[in-house]
Amino acid sequence: MSDADTRLVSMLDAIPYARFLGVKAELAGDEMTAMLPFAQHIVGNPMLPAIHGGVLGAFMEMTALAQLSVAAPMKRQPRTIDVSIEYLRSGRPLTTYARASIKKLGRRIANVHVEAWQETRSAPIATMRGLFLVAPSED
Amino acid sequence: MSDNEQSRMIATAMNEGSPQAKALGFTTLEIGDSVAILKVPYRPEIIGDPETGVIAGGVVTTLLDHASGQAVHASMETWTSIATLDLRIDYMRAAEPGLDVLARAHCYKLTRSVAFVRAVAYDRDPEDPVATAQATFMLDSSAGKKPGANFKPPREQRAKTGSTGQ
Repeated sequence: MSDADTRLVSMLDAIPYARFLGVKAELAGDEMTAMLPFAQHIVGNPMLPAIHGGVLGAFMEMTALAQLSVAAPMKRQPRTIDVSIEYLRSGRPLTTYARASIKKLGRRIANVHVEAWQETRSAPIATMRGLFLVAPSED
Repeated sequence: MSDNEQSRMIATAMNEGSPQAKALGFTTLEIGDSVAILKVPYRPEIIGDPETGVIAGGVVTTLLDHASGQAVHASMETWTSIATLDLRIDYMRAAEPGLDVLARAHCYKLTRSVAFVRAVAYDRDPEDPVATAQATFMLDSSAGKKPGANFKPPREQRAKTGSTGQ
């Protein structure tokens, strides 16, 4: 396993709420895909049924944090400053995937965009833009 | 039945009937007049930073979304389906480990198709917030959708693949 792999696995394992939701991630080179398998406890609207919007927000925030852990070793976990989430389509009872793109990783601030989709990547169900306070290791 | 009784019933249905809200243990402390106050109890499973024991930002996101939705219902005379269009959250500070987190949401404007909400999350004092949020909701979002509609692919994808979704 590469250093980035190790950082990703240990980061997700260490976060209780990531385990609570069932968030997983896979790394192919420097490209990470986060996965949220469907489970009854992540449903928000039981009638449709649809995944809770808050869960999708949480999943995308976690994807951004995971991508930051892959990008660089950090002295401590990045702190979320703000997120802006857009809901495009209902989250159906299927596995949800997400990828994050780091627009800038500065010495203190990181700008990250995230997109979440299910069956069709070109039809995302939600997007997020987030700002994070980061502390990359000096070395 | 008064408006507030109706809001209270919707709040209970949203906390008990929504599996994620139930899994997180959401309760509605106050509801009525376009305002809802919800609580999520602190517990180890919802920690986001294991080094500090601080509750995950995502839990606060879900609480703010849920509280905002109830505030929209508390501003309407009759129930209609709603869906979050967008949600912007500013995280001011970490919630104090060990404390329950509360969210107060106010639906300050309701139009025919969109509701506008402001919300604040706090642990001790609403004047010293953990996070603030601004959200918009679409009204009558499930128009024409039958129960179980999400088991089928959406119309746009069926059209693309020629599948009927059966």
